[in-house]
Amino acid sequence: MISIQGLSKLYKTKHQNVQAVDDVSLNIEQGEIFGVIGYSGAGKSTFIRLINRLEEPTGGHINIQGTDITNLPINQLRKRRQKMGMIFQHFNLLWSRTVFDNIAFPLEIAGISKSERQEKVQELIDLVGLKGREKSYPSELSGGQKQRVGIARALANDPDVLLCDEATSALDPETTDDILDLLVSINEKLNLTIIMITHEMHVIQKVCHRVAVMDQGKVVEHGDVLDVFVKPQSKTAKRFVQQLNPLEHKQDSLKRFITEDESTEVIKLHFIGNDAKRALISEVVKTFDVEVNILQGSISPTQEGAYGTLYVELNGNESVIAETLKFIEASGVEVEVIRDVK
Amino acid sequence: MLSEWFPNVVMEDMWDATYETLYMTVISVIGTLILGILLGLLLFLSERGNLWQNRLINSVTASAVNIFRAIPFIILILLLFPLTDFLVGTLRGPKAALPALILGAAPFYARLVEIAFKEVDKGVIEAAKTMGAKTHTIIFKVLLPESMPALISGITVTAINLVSFTAMAGIIGAGGLGDLAYLKGFQRRDYDVVVASTIFIVIIVFIFQFIGDYLSKKLDKR
Repeated sequence: MISIQGLSKLYKTKHQNVQAVDDVSLNIEQGEIFGVIGYSGAGKSTFIRLINRLEEPTGGHINIQGTDITNLPINQLRKRRQKMGMIFQHFNLLWSRTVFDNIAFPLEIAGISKSERQEKVQELIDLVGLKGREKSYPSELSGGQKQRVGIARALANDPDVLLCDEATSALDPETTDDILDLLVSINEKLNLTIIMITHEMHVIQKVCHRVAVMDQGKVVEHGDVLDVFVKPQSKTAKRFVQQLNPLEHKQDSLKRFITEDESTEVIKLHFIGNDAKRALISEVVKTFDVEVNILQGSISPTQEGAYGTLYVELNGNESVIAETLKFIEASGVEVEVIRDVK
Repeated sequence: MLSEWFPNVVMEDMWDATYETLYMTVISVIGTLILGILLGLLLFLSERGNLWQNRLINSVTASAVNIFRAIPFIILILLLFPLTDFLVGTLRGPKAALPALILGAAPFYARLVEIAFKEVDKGVIEAAKTMGAKTHTIIFKVLLPESMPALISGITVTAINLVSFTAMAGIIGAGGLGDLAYLKGFQRRDYDVVVASTIFIVIIVFIFQFIGDYLSKKLDKR
């Protein structure tokens, strides 16, 4: 639905040139929630602003449902933008307008008649759960409510894509979850494509179907969220995944289990999707002559299914341990023998 | 008691002069509002990174504004005599003061307008752009309403300046309370007339300030 080819943005200043977005190519499917994650300065905010040309690309093409956005003249671009909603980290509501009038604003711009606006705004207010707050001013709302207004406003002209620029970064964890739930339900209800920029892995885990990891203007890795989570390839992706998995912070505590001794090994198991539900450990104990000592474990839900991590210590004959590892691998669960702790 | 303290004050003259002062102030405030907002918009929009980014327009406007602000008002009136004569057809009376009043106050107000626009959240302007808003929509539906409290407190300050400008204009024959204080008070050594005129001017200033504060507060929903 959205095809991005070789997208680039070069900022030229007197003293230096900054390649904010560097030759990014991606395809985003109709109805998916696509996440873009990166540390600040990675170029992800510039990237999303290139999509609706708030920033002019210096190279490449963006094709949305067959229309090349990059070549549209300004008046057609304005028309196209009405079908591309955007929400912001700091909400960007007009303080001088009530909730109702803020949501009506994009409809006014699109030239919708007053009675139709009335109806549409009421519908949107119900959708985002702000009934009863129509006449409030933004200053009277909490952060979460403000973002709900932002979402309603972005949806007013029935867009085919919703761009979220750090939409939850200014919210507390609980409110973040509420807003993410709302976005997921809108995605499902309206089959709306959502592109989401964030620096929080938690957000990607909770709502996204696919993710691209950005670093220094480039997409260093992209794919299904579950794949990136389980097998991060790039350094940046690994750091993000670690951030999320509390066990990764506690690797120090594994240290004392790791020995030179060949008859004990510490192994890390990755369970993905339905594997997470298998009673693998008891199968292993029944089949092989090994002792299994469970060290620590966790399970994380994502949009595409759960994935779990389990650290265990195996005690037994060297050859039996090797056989055990083979057995586990054959059962579809990923195994990693830990010999060293960072 | 009043006639005891103010033996030379003729109330009829006071009311006439007050009317003239108010006439000059109100008309010039309206003129300043229009001209000042136009100039302020031009200054703001032609700035680097804004909607009509244009170096030439920006520097020409900025220079004009700075030059007019640098000229002392009393001298501006003299400089504008030919223009006034051409526009109004006379150099005496409240009407003749209007061109100088407006040209004297508008550049000052233009700067206040520019500052008010700069205070408008850039993100909100950006949000309007993402909705496909045209420039005039951004001006009328975002910039102006979002900066309204600052625009109003700015015009209040300017209006009070204008009251004192009218008094200066009065001294060279524009009428109003300044004229009254100078001609019928100071020159005849009837100081009670000077004091009475001052009191009237102070009251006018207070009323302007009160209205300005009230409106600015009422419109501010932040």
